[in-house]
Amino acid sequence: MATAAHPAAPQVRSHAHPPGFFRSFRNRLRKLIGTDWLGYVLSLVAAVLILAITTALVWQLWTQSALSRAKFGWGFLVGRTWSPLFEHLGALPFIYGTVVTSVIALLIAVPLGLGAAIFLAELAPPRASSWLAFLIDLLAAVPSVIYGLLGIFVMVPFLRQVVDPALKRTLGFLPLFQGPIYGVGLLAGGLVLAIMVVPFIISVSREVLLAVPRDQREGALALGATRWEATWGAVVPFARTGIYGSIFLALARALGETMAITMVIGNDPKIRASLFAPGASIAAVLANEFVEATTPTYISALIELGLVLFCLTIVLNGLARLLILATSRRGGAPA
Amino acid sequence: MITRHRFRKITNAVMLTLTGLCALVAVGAMLAILGFLVWKGAGSLNWDFFTKLPAPVGEPGGGMANAIVGTGKLLLIASLIGLPIGFLSGVYLSEFGGRPMSFLIRYVTDLLSGVPSIVIGIFAYAMVVVPMKSFSTLAGGFALGVMMIPIAVRGTEESLRTVPPNLREASVALGASRTTTILRVVIPAAFRGILTAMMLALARVAGETAPLLFTAFGNNDWSPGWTHPIASLPVMIYNYAISPFRDWHRQAWAAGLVLLVLVLLTNIAARLLFMGRAAEAER
Repeated sequence: MATAAHPAAPQVRSHAHPPGFFRSFRNRLRKLIGTDWLGYVLSLVAAVLILAITTALVWQLWTQSALSRAKFGWGFLVGRTWSPLFEHLGALPFIYGTVVTSVIALLIAVPLGLGAAIFLAELAPPRASSWLAFLIDLLAAVPSVIYGLLGIFVMVPFLRQVVDPALKRTLGFLPLFQGPIYGVGLLAGGLVLAIMVVPFIISVSREVLLAVPRDQREGALALGATRWEATWGAVVPFARTGIYGSIFLALARALGETMAITMVIGNDPKIRASLFAPGASIAAVLANEFVEATTPTYISALIELGLVLFCLTIVLNGLARLLILATSRRGGAPA
Repeated sequence: MITRHRFRKITNAVMLTLTGLCALVAVGAMLAILGFLVWKGAGSLNWDFFTKLPAPVGEPGGGMANAIVGTGKLLLIASLIGLPIGFLSGVYLSEFGGRPMSFLIRYVTDLLSGVPSIVIGIFAYAMVVVPMKSFSTLAGGFALGVMMIPIAVRGTEESLRTVPPNLREASVALGASRTTTILRVVIPAAFRGILTAMMLALARVAGETAPLLFTAFGNNDWSPGWTHPIASLPVMIYNYAISPFRDWHRQAWAAGLVLLVLVLLTNIAARLLFMGRAAEAER
């Protein structure tokens, strides 16, 4: 398929024959498009580029964190102090902050999201349901920094003045709700995350619930179940795996979320029992300290934190996809 | 027996009401976000915001003209990197891919879409900022472009798959090459869906802050060319919101409103376009 030199090619360089140049160019282009391989090669190159980019991503995270991995070993993951000045770098405070805020987020977002999904899939009239789902999908499109903005100026003052004191009064006997109240802290981080991941739980759960075959519902109703019993006893269990999938998806989102949580968590790398206390998460410390990191070990340790975060989210996303796929297969099969 | 029956009925009513409340809270959150931004942001929006540079610390006034242009420039680079790669790979997956290769590409694309944005930032830092020894528009655009790829791939593939195979066969039967078939038959048939995917990809990265923090960095002045640190709306919002100055907070709200409107409008337009396609297919 070597492109044969066009007869008009030598004239191309002279200014006297511009039309000849265009015609020959057009002919050549037409000839190229007339081949089967052009589309194949171009699209294959793009696909291979994606492979290359992803490989480069993993490779960069791995090699750039080599210094830190060599120096701290596995102890990095359980080291409790983070003091860049003395190069005592341990990741535990950040892992703790990430896990605690994500757990708070899920504790709130799962019941809320599941309830809303049940309402949208089972109770709301289809038209209203798709409009509400549209609005909730838009919630997922709101940039993270805007959640952070609302978090700082609306939610944190509200927590400091109303919610935290109330929690302290009623549940203050638990170590979780003791100590001074700042407003910013782990609880604030978890709450912001909860609002951010709810749309993911709702939209995936709604879809798997809608995919449950009608017989499942009607069978339960015919046996005399109330609407709620049919939903909770026959429909939701059928869609269970997909709902677990949506939760894993939300968890992966929550772990990697950066801006909103950086703005409200307080950024203090210490492990404290109280949810009112400021903390730090992996993503937050990266956002805060990466630009200011000076020594090679410090930068390398931060990149290793990125590697930890990468591995966590990859595993969770993989699990989520498997679960969602499993349900949609089962739901789609004839009952 | 009767009490048991009543108990079941009451449970039914209570639980169903609760699910309704959950939906109300979720939708209420969306409306509250919009409401707060309009309330706090609209008052701070003025002509200066769109035309002036940020004022020095302590001086009131000024605007974010450089950040608005910066976001535009970053999105341009991101689109130049992310959209062609994403689009062509989508074509590959839908039109050419063999089994093992397609599986690999799909798997890797899914993996890429799950990578936290801040980690993409580290990647762009290592790939572009370190070799160039400077924060730059290119680095920021590269980070955003990488984030666009998975969305563009999936959208393109899904839209191309909705094109019925007999269209392709008819075209090939008429003597057209596969390249011509894809260019003249398949892509035009799936055009709206592809456009929707591209717009969603753009809307998704337009509001990203984390990958820009240490790639595009930020700038209080205009950024000439493509190799200097550059301001962007999301990073501006972040920096202004965590600052101690009241006037900067005011401007952060204004910038938040502009960004939110931009992102939501793109989103809504993309979805309407897609719905239009669904309606067209029904006819």
